[in-house]
Amino acid sequence: MPLNVKIGFFLAVRALRRASLWTTTLIIGVMILTFLNLVVLSGILVGLMQGAINAVRTEYTSDVIVSTLEDKQYIENSPDIIGLVASLPEVAAYTARYREPGTLEANYRTHKETDKPNVANAVVVGINPAKENAVTGIARDIVEGEFLAPGDYDKVVVGGYLLKQYFPVETPGFSTLDRVGIGTKIRVTVGGVTREVTVKGILKSKVDEVAMRAYFVDSQFRSLIGRNDGNVDEIAIKVKPGVDPAAMRDALLLRGAGEAAKVQTFEDAQPKFLKDIITTFNMLGAAFSSIGLVVASITIFIVVFINAITRRKFIGILKGIGINGRAIEISYIFQSIFYALVGSIFGLLLVYGFLVPFFAAHPIDFPFSDGILVAPVGETMVRVGLLVVSTLIAGYVPAWMIIRKNTLDSILGRN
Amino acid sequence: MIEVKKLIRTFKNGDVETPVLKGIDFAVPDGQFVAIMGRSGAGKSTLLYQMSLLDEPTGGSVVIDGHNTHSMSADERMRFRLNRFGYVFQDYALLPELTALENVALPLLMQGLARGAAYRQATEALENVSLGHRLHNLPSQLSGGEQQRVSISRAIAHKPKILFADEPTANLDNESSRVILDIFKALHRAGQTIIMVTHEEEFARESERVVKLDDGQIISDTKHR
Repeated sequence: MPLNVKIGFFLAVRALRRASLWTTTLIIGVMILTFLNLVVLSGILVGLMQGAINAVRTEYTSDVIVSTLEDKQYIENSPDIIGLVASLPEVAAYTARYREPGTLEANYRTHKETDKPNVANAVVVGINPAKENAVTGIARDIVEGEFLAPGDYDKVVVGGYLLKQYFPVETPGFSTLDRVGIGTKIRVTVGGVTREVTVKGILKSKVDEVAMRAYFVDSQFRSLIGRNDGNVDEIAIKVKPGVDPAAMRDALLLRGAGEAAKVQTFEDAQPKFLKDIITTFNMLGAAFSSIGLVVASITIFIVVFINAITRRKFIGILKGIGINGRAIEISYIFQSIFYALVGSIFGLLLVYGFLVPFFAAHPIDFPFSDGILVAPVGETMVRVGLLVVSTLIAGYVPAWMIIRKNTLDSILGRN
Repeated sequence: MIEVKKLIRTFKNGDVETPVLKGIDFAVPDGQFVAIMGRSGAGKSTLLYQMSLLDEPTGGSVVIDGHNTHSMSADERMRFRLNRFGYVFQDYALLPELTALENVALPLLMQGLARGAAYRQATEALENVSLGHRLHNLPSQLSGGEQQRVSISRAIAHKPKILFADEPTANLDNESSRVILDIFKALHRAGQTIIMVTHEEEFARESERVVKLDDGQIISDTKHR
């Protein structure tokens, strides 16, 4: 080890060991907060979107989604594709959905001609309740009433965004049903066929594709839309743990599923605006992190500068008795690295030992997603590296400024 | 041998120039114990700083063992100070976060000695000034006299050619001052060159030679023995 590094280390260790506990705690506290600013702020921003992505994946697309081609009304040869899906050993569960646009109408019995009709446009779907729940677990999202059961007839579950009490937003061209609760009779019209049904359950979700739908049991929905050939509109597939969704997609495409349907992983199916928002939030996170890094650097600069200024006499003595200025600079660099590393280690413990599991268990209730804390280890370590490097520079510069001053002036405290 | 030739040091403060040393000429042969005396502002400390390479003169030169220090780079001067000089300052100038042993060992480590050897040599130096029982005390845990003895140990542990001392007893009581002076005398007897600035006649009398300064010039140069 070069002599200057050895002496620098010798001086740094002793300066740290015998430093005031209060000062050390304060500096390390600043470093922990800086680390959290670097990791948590951007992590929450990204986690806000990741929460939305996770929710769409969990409650709607699952791992792989097979849907209708743009120029078709439904997935042709659906029974063949469903048979293919069912035969693949990597599939943990799947659900086939019928889907048609429709309208819901309430209070039609008491409605006067002069009243505005109490209607809402909706996507009406037919599902196998048990299979749907095995894939998406949307029964968990029921906030009033109950989820559908296989034998239910003339009963629907309505998404919260279709009801005024859950989505009190007045938007031109968009209407919600007013005064509808469990047991309310509503009329559902699909493809010109109208049926009076009872609201069995209300489902609340932050995923639009889930919350803006009305759900029937598939057997009744088939008769409602008059489709008895077994062709469906969506098939959501959940793969077994450890199976790559992309590999499942490719396996389906390889077996010809792509000829009659769109086969996408949950990532492929993300709308472009969502991908753009993720990129935007990543950029914002990076910008905030950069500001945090600058603030941390300035903090360390001030701390080291004040330390070096108050120790200017001793720096002068060290130089006077023949200690190389480089060794003194290195001692300050070691001290800065120590503060950055200890701050980062405590920060890492806090992030991975508490914050990530905490936010996973208690997501932040954002209006459009349940935000989690996203902190990939690789990216976090890059941030630790950035923090250490910026701290190193911030520690070196003030030490260099003081050390280059005239030795005798430093010893005598002259300016 | 230190030769001071036509040494001039002038301090500038804006347009105001204050000459402190006005052409000093004198030489100190090896092994001599020199006391530099003078009233406050006479230039005695400034002369010591020029001779010990802590400051650079405005004019003239300091030649040490044939090396003209004026032509040395900052690094060379630093190495010269480390390897050939020892310093004892008025206010001890110990590093507060280092123990007595570490303070003394530091220049030895900088010279490249292994830690074990440096600590052995430092321990020996501290034992020589009767501080063998205070090795692991911080300066704040030592009395003024003890701190000055640590400072002397640091100055002599690496066996420097010249020991510079700037008012080494100014902050000490009579008893502690006497101890310090006895150490200097013992070092001198062992052949150590010592150049000491002092304003105390009593201690100057213990040296071998007294150089008196006034207004930046030598007004007397007396050998006692």
